[in-house]
Amino acid sequence: MSNYRVSGRGRVDTARPISFTFDGKTYRGAKGDTVASALLANGVHLMGRSFKYHRPRGAVAAGSEEPNALIGTRRGPGRFEPNTRATVQEIWEGLETTSQNKFPSLKFDVGAVNDAAYMLFSAGFYYKTFMWPRSFWDKVYEPFIRAAAGLGVSPKEEDPDHYASRYLHCDVLVVGAGPTGLAAARAAAVGGLKVVLVDENAEAGGTLLSEPQARIDGRPAWDWLTAELAALKELGVKIMTRTTAIGYYHQNMIGMVEKLTDHLPALPADTPRERMWRVRARQVVLAQGALEKPLVFHGNDRPGVMLAGSAQTFLNRYGVLVGKKPVVITSHDSAWYAAFDLQDAGAKVQAIVDIRGTVSEALLSGARSRGITVKLSHTATGTSGRLRVSSLRVNPVTNGAVGAGEEISCDAVLMSGGWTPSLHLFSHTKGSLAWDDDRTTFLPKDTPEDCVIAGASRGLWGIAAVLADGAEKGRAVAEALGQTPAPAAAQAVEGDRTGSGVSMTELPTDRSPGKAKAFVDYQNDVTAKDLRLAVREGMRSIEHVKRYTTNGMATDQGKMSNINGLNIAADALGKKQPQVGLTTFRPPYTPTTFGAFAGYHRGGHFEVTRKTQIDSWAEEHGAVFEPVSQWRRAWYFPKPGEDMDTAVRRECVATRKSVGIFDASTLGKIEVVGPDAVEFMNRMYTNPWTKLAPGRCRYGLLLGDDGYIRDDGVIGRLSEDKFHVTTTTGGAARVLNMMEDYLQTEWPDLNVWLTSTTEQWSTIALNGPDAAKLLAPFVEGVELTEDAFPHMSCVECTVAGLPARLFRVSFTGEIGFEINVRAHEGRKLWETLWEAGQQYGITAYGTETMHVLRAEKGYIIVGQDTDGTVTPYDCGMGWAVGKKKPDFVGMRGLARPDLVAKGRKQFVGLLTEDKSRLEEGAQIVFDPKQAIPMKMVGHVTSSYLSDTVGQPIALAVIEGGHERMGETVYIPMPDRIIAAKITDPVFVDPENTRLKI
Amino acid sequence: MLLIHCPYCSETLPEVEFTYAGEAHIVRPETPSAQSDADWEGFLFLRSNVRGPHYERWRHLHGCGRYFNAVRDTVSDKFLTTYKAGEPRPDLSTLTVTQK
Repeated sequence: MSNYRVSGRGRVDTARPISFTFDGKTYRGAKGDTVASALLANGVHLMGRSFKYHRPRGAVAAGSEEPNALIGTRRGPGRFEPNTRATVQEIWEGLETTSQNKFPSLKFDVGAVNDAAYMLFSAGFYYKTFMWPRSFWDKVYEPFIRAAAGLGVSPKEEDPDHYASRYLHCDVLVVGAGPTGLAAARAAAVGGLKVVLVDENAEAGGTLLSEPQARIDGRPAWDWLTAELAALKELGVKIMTRTTAIGYYHQNMIGMVEKLTDHLPALPADTPRERMWRVRARQVVLAQGALEKPLVFHGNDRPGVMLAGSAQTFLNRYGVLVGKKPVVITSHDSAWYAAFDLQDAGAKVQAIVDIRGTVSEALLSGARSRGITVKLSHTATGTSGRLRVSSLRVNPVTNGAVGAGEEISCDAVLMSGGWTPSLHLFSHTKGSLAWDDDRTTFLPKDTPEDCVIAGASRGLWGIAAVLADGAEKGRAVAEALGQTPAPAAAQAVEGDRTGSGVSMTELPTDRSPGKAKAFVDYQNDVTAKDLRLAVREGMRSIEHVKRYTTNGMATDQGKMSNINGLNIAADALGKKQPQVGLTTFRPPYTPTTFGAFAGYHRGGHFEVTRKTQIDSWAEEHGAVFEPVSQWRRAWYFPKPGEDMDTAVRRECVATRKSVGIFDASTLGKIEVVGPDAVEFMNRMYTNPWTKLAPGRCRYGLLLGDDGYIRDDGVIGRLSEDKFHVTTTTGGAARVLNMMEDYLQTEWPDLNVWLTSTTEQWSTIALNGPDAAKLLAPFVEGVELTEDAFPHMSCVECTVAGLPARLFRVSFTGEIGFEINVRAHEGRKLWETLWEAGQQYGITAYGTETMHVLRAEKGYIIVGQDTDGTVTPYDCGMGWAVGKKKPDFVGMRGLARPDLVAKGRKQFVGLLTEDKSRLEEGAQIVFDPKQAIPMKMVGHVTSSYLSDTVGQPIALAVIEGGHERMGETVYIPMPDRIIAAKITDPVFVDPENTRLKI
Repeated sequence: MLLIHCPYCSETLPEVEFTYAGEAHIVRPETPSAQSDADWEGFLFLRSNVRGPHYERWRHLHGCGRYFNAVRDTVSDKFLTTYKAGEPRPDLSTLTVTQK
């Protein structure tokens, strides 16, 4: 099959070969391979280029912590994913993969010139290199950074997959299905608790998959694993693989992402690609294990240099030799066992080089019996080889002095700098950490959550130790849940590989430290030199060092680099590690797709689209829609060939000339009912309500207690104890919330009920000189005459046989009615009026025409003409403020010094001298000749073409505007300065003669 | 995601059913017009912004709709207790983190 596959090793099925492509070339792997293991089986180490220097890189790890081997995967249109870790992606027949960050090819990449120009890219280069000259920024630096930055390329097409979302409640969640997690799940489940065991890998087992030599309870580790998994299933434990616990949130909520299809050759119909699980567990056992650290030395990033434990995994789990002539450089016992495994599988281990001066006799005799050269008290000072490591340079270290170097020829370097407990999820709980001097690492201490941490993730080592710890912690959480589990007998483990090591900063070297490229963070290309430079340049906090160098900020989130980075920064600062501290781990644990987070909330489900009952009529009649808060509203109704301006002009003219019909159903409606309803209204709104007779309406203004306008709307008093309150379309929920707040917490003595009725009613507005004529024949219960039903009246009656609340109100300046009928009868009434209105040339209009007509009358729209700093007086609506009331919300606010001061921005009209139309939001100045930056004295809030006025009109807020009627102000635009005259905001019919029937 | 006990529903429910409503026990004066500018400024704008146990208001918006009060530790985010609007401030010394 390939010359690096070892028969009889690994858990892959070599009888089931699988073809896939990498950069267009076809490779064969076996069922169970990842992309990385299959490429390594073919002798391919070069898998990518680094982010900053474009250095050739290969897989350095075998699992989800991999920083280098990031690839693009493709499965047909739209199914491209960048930055997939080759060590995680399982292969299937036909899988297409590509390398990243290279041009024109992975083997010859012109971007690698960055490597030679490394002086430009030292720590903080973002803040230094690109500072000067200013003129270079747009033309040189920014395009350069944009071209060079970023990992991979984003997919261009829409993702055709769908993503699911589920909740899960359980007694115990165990994160990590290695020996610790298996033991914990078993112990927790025996008493009948509902236990979930989750692991990010394709199969459960954790380190047991890499240590087949061990025997547990007299059985080979893999046999024991099979039996144990069967026993767990028997106990009802839910075992979830390919599922990553990405984050630990408050009160034992854990987010988990389950990958369902990325490993399958054919996509099953209707299966989501991923599923986000929101798990609420009563107790959590964290058994995430430990992650191996690289050693930091010059050239430690060359393809073929990898973690010793990962080489052991590639051999034992995948049956792949990462090299036939490997050399080992280590500061931890574990790498010796990796060397022994590779040697026993047919590799010729060139040497085991250990930083330490002494190691155990067991290790030495293991090496001796295999004929492996051992070099103690040696350091590594460099590697060579262009696209693949070909030698390791090692030097003896005597009393801190580095001796002469010696090149050891090799095709792989296996390194181990010791192991870091995986504390990511534990840290998400705001768990505290304690520095452990012996292990030179942080260990978990206290957590505020119902959570225990077990096994290697709390610093234990060896299968026997973690099995015992897992079982103990499983029992502990069962006890916490009220069970009384019996202690289980300890399990005997043969072939257990216990051990220890030391933790290092950079390895000692005889090279000039300024020239060494000893990588700490592979993915972000951060070297030891960068970290020391950051400290020299004044960074003291580890958080600053992190951001200045970008150490630990890549998608691997410092899984390999954090502790090495800390050791070096602490050394440079001359402090102990705990005084320097650790940066914060944040979710997600591994990179997570946007799809998993979005789940079902995409496309039309991303946000609610609220539609009125009349929306379908508008759609059938060619309306163009606009979103107004969550509503979809008809914007205008173009006839064939009409653009927006033409359509709006026609709608405006028709409404002023005969009659227009408008869907006002989205207006917020709140029913205020109860014996104290009038008192409540007096306290909430600025206006006096006591004397408003049933059957009459009033324009109401709602302020905040700060005195600023919050909302407005016409309010009808239907009876002594019942008000029909309308609000702005976008303000309905906010107003009800505010009313409830005051009612519940400030005035609980008031006997009032508040009910949202927005969606109970369809509201049709008829406006125009013919509105009364059109409507009258349909109304039973009231005569639509000036005497019987004057402007600002309301009545409960029937319209076209439908129960209705009829309001005579106007937001256009014309005779106007708003007919509220039960929501589902809205379209029926609309069509009846539409039919009957044909004789008057009835015209349907949308929100744009509504805006123009109200602006011609100077009626404000809250949120457009006001911005949360506008008072009723600023708007010229002092008439709406009740002067004799003892209090209302905002009354005291209106007396605040700033609100009564001179020079406030006030609401006015604007007419441009050149009859041009202003831009909404444009800033206004008094003197166009002043130096830049000019003093801005207000802005245009509304601006429209107006056929009725005969020229464009605008509304604006301008400092002291009410005293400046007739004055000219200026609106500077990019191409010219527009002069405009301040006018009254009422452009049409200031005497309101048109409101009369 | 936090679990919050609604003192009106007597149920502990997910955070998404609730909305935050600012600091608690800030009483709107009986007669606002009698307030000095400084007092009114205090009522409108000045808040304690504590590090640690904080008296605050929440609304069970997607449930019973009631406003209620809570003591929540702003460092750990944890609720120490919740109680009905109008009830006096609980004594902090009697509160411990009961909800993990």
